[in-house]
Amino acid sequence: MLYRLVQVIAAAVLALVFAACGDGDRESVILATTTSTQDSGLLDELIPAFERDSGLQVKTIAVGSGEAIELGARGEADVVLAHSPAAEQELMAAGKAGARRTVMHNDYVVVGPPGDPAGVRGAQAARALARIAKAKAPFVSRGDKSGTHTFELGLWEDAGVEPGGGWYQESGQGMGATLQIANDKDAYTISDRGTYLATESARDLEILVEGGGELLNVYHVIDIAEDAGERVNAEGGKALADWLVAPAAQNAIKTFGVEEFGEPLFVPDAGKTVEQILAGA
Amino acid sequence: MQVLWDAVTEAFRLLLSGDGETWEIIARSLRISLTATALALVLGLPVSAALAFGRFPGRRIVLALVNTGMGVPPVVAGLVIIVLLWRSGPLGALGLLYTPTAMVIAQTAIALPLVAGFSTAALQHVDPDFRVQMQALGAGRLRSLWTVAAEARLPLLAAGMAGFGAVISEVGAALMVGGNIAGQTRVLTTAAVLEASKGAFALALALGIILLVIAFAVNLVVTAVQQHGRA
Repeated sequence: MLYRLVQVIAAAVLALVFAACGDGDRESVILATTTSTQDSGLLDELIPAFERDSGLQVKTIAVGSGEAIELGARGEADVVLAHSPAAEQELMAAGKAGARRTVMHNDYVVVGPPGDPAGVRGAQAARALARIAKAKAPFVSRGDKSGTHTFELGLWEDAGVEPGGGWYQESGQGMGATLQIANDKDAYTISDRGTYLATESARDLEILVEGGGELLNVYHVIDIAEDAGERVNAEGGKALADWLVAPAAQNAIKTFGVEEFGEPLFVPDAGKTVEQILAGA
Repeated sequence: MQVLWDAVTEAFRLLLSGDGETWEIIARSLRISLTATALALVLGLPVSAALAFGRFPGRRIVLALVNTGMGVPPVVAGLVIIVLLWRSGPLGALGLLYTPTAMVIAQTAIALPLVAGFSTAALQHVDPDFRVQMQALGAGRLRSLWTVAAEARLPLLAAGMAGFGAVISEVGAALMVGGNIAGQTRVLTTAAVLEASKGAFALALALGIILLVIAFAVNLVVTAVQQHGRA
C-alpha cells in the first residue's frame, strides 16, 4: 500500500517537472557580463541578433565584473564580457581562457550635485576625489567588486586617500540604483557614461569631471577554454566572442543609443589595443 | 507620490493593452510558481501525514526542522540549489541551471517546509478520536487518512496558498538559479528588480502591482473553492 503511494507520488512529481520544462533543446551559451551592459539596454539589441545568426541560445547572466570573471574561471560560463582589466588579466594568467579581445569603450564620469560643494568641476579625476575626501562631501560607492568599483578604488589610490567615514557610503548595488541613491543624497559618485545617460532617475546629478585617458572604460570579451571546468561550451563561447568583434555587431554598437540619448553610449574598438584607443581618445 | 500614481496607471495599461512581453512574463511566473506549489503539496502532504499521525523516533526533530525550514531565506535556498546545479556540481550533467526547471526546483524547496508545516498542524487539529472511529468502522488506513484530510481541507488549502504566496513573491532564488534571462527565465519579481536597478521605479512598481493582482486572482479562485458551500 505504502509502496504504491510512493509510486504515485514519484510519477506525479516527474510529470509536473516535465510539464514545467519546455526549455527547448537548442544548444545554449552562457554569457557572464556586467550590469552596465544590461542596464544600458545594449545586450537586448545585440543578443537576439546573435541568436538569429548562430542558431544558439544565449543565457545572459548580468552580474558585477568580479562575479562574471569568477564564473568564467570556474567554467560556469562560456564567455565573459567585462570591464575590469586587472581581474581579466588574472583570468588570462590562470590559463583558463582562449583570447581576450577589445570590444568597445566608453568612459567613466564623476557626477555630483550641481552645487558641487567640494569644488571638483573640471578637475583632474584623482584630484577631484582628493577634494571630495577633504571636504568630506557625501560619496556613494558601488562596493560590489564590479568593474566600476575596482576602477573607483584605483582612483582613490591615485588620489592618495583611503576612503572611509560617514561621508563614504557603499550601496552594494548596481550602477543604476547607485546613481539613484547618489541623486537622492546629493552625493558624488563615479559611473560609466552609458548608465548615467540611461538612468532617468539620476537627472539632478551633473557630470563634473570627464575626459582624459585615465577615465577610459574598456570592455573586453574573453572566451573560456574547454578545460576551465566540466561541460564548458568553448565552441559556443568563442562563436559569440567572434561575433561581437565582427563588423555587424561593431556597427550595432556604434549606433546604439544615438536615437534615444542623442549620442552613442559605446564606441566600438574591435582589433585595437588599449594604447591605440588611448591615442585616439 | 507621482511615481506611485504613474505605477498604478502603467500597471493597468500593461495589463489591459495586452502587452505581449508582460503577459509572457505573467504566464511564466504562474507556470513556475504553480508547478512548484503543486510539487510541494504532492511531496509535503505525505510528510505532514507521517508527522501528524506517525509515531517514529526523531519525529519531533523532523517537525522542528520543517518549522525552521519555513524561515529559510529564499536566497539561501537558491545558493544551495545553484551549487548543486553548477556544471561542476553533482547535478551538473543535467544542464538545468538558468532554466525554468531550476526555478521550479528552488521554489519547491522554499514552499515545501511551509506546506508540510502548516499541513501537519492542520491534520493534528482534527480530533484524534475521529480517525480511530473511522478505523473502528472498518475503514483502511489510507481511507481514514483521506477522510481526515477532507475534514481538514480548509487549513490544508491555506497551507497551499501560503506556499504559493511565498514562491510567487520571492526573488532571491529566482534571480540566482534562473538568471533573469529575457524570454527564458524572467519572471515578475526578477523583472521588477531589474527595472528598479535601472532606475525605472514606476515600471518596477507597476510589475509589483501586477504581481499582487495575479496573486489575488489565484487566491480568489482557491478561496472560492475553499469556502464553497459556506455562508
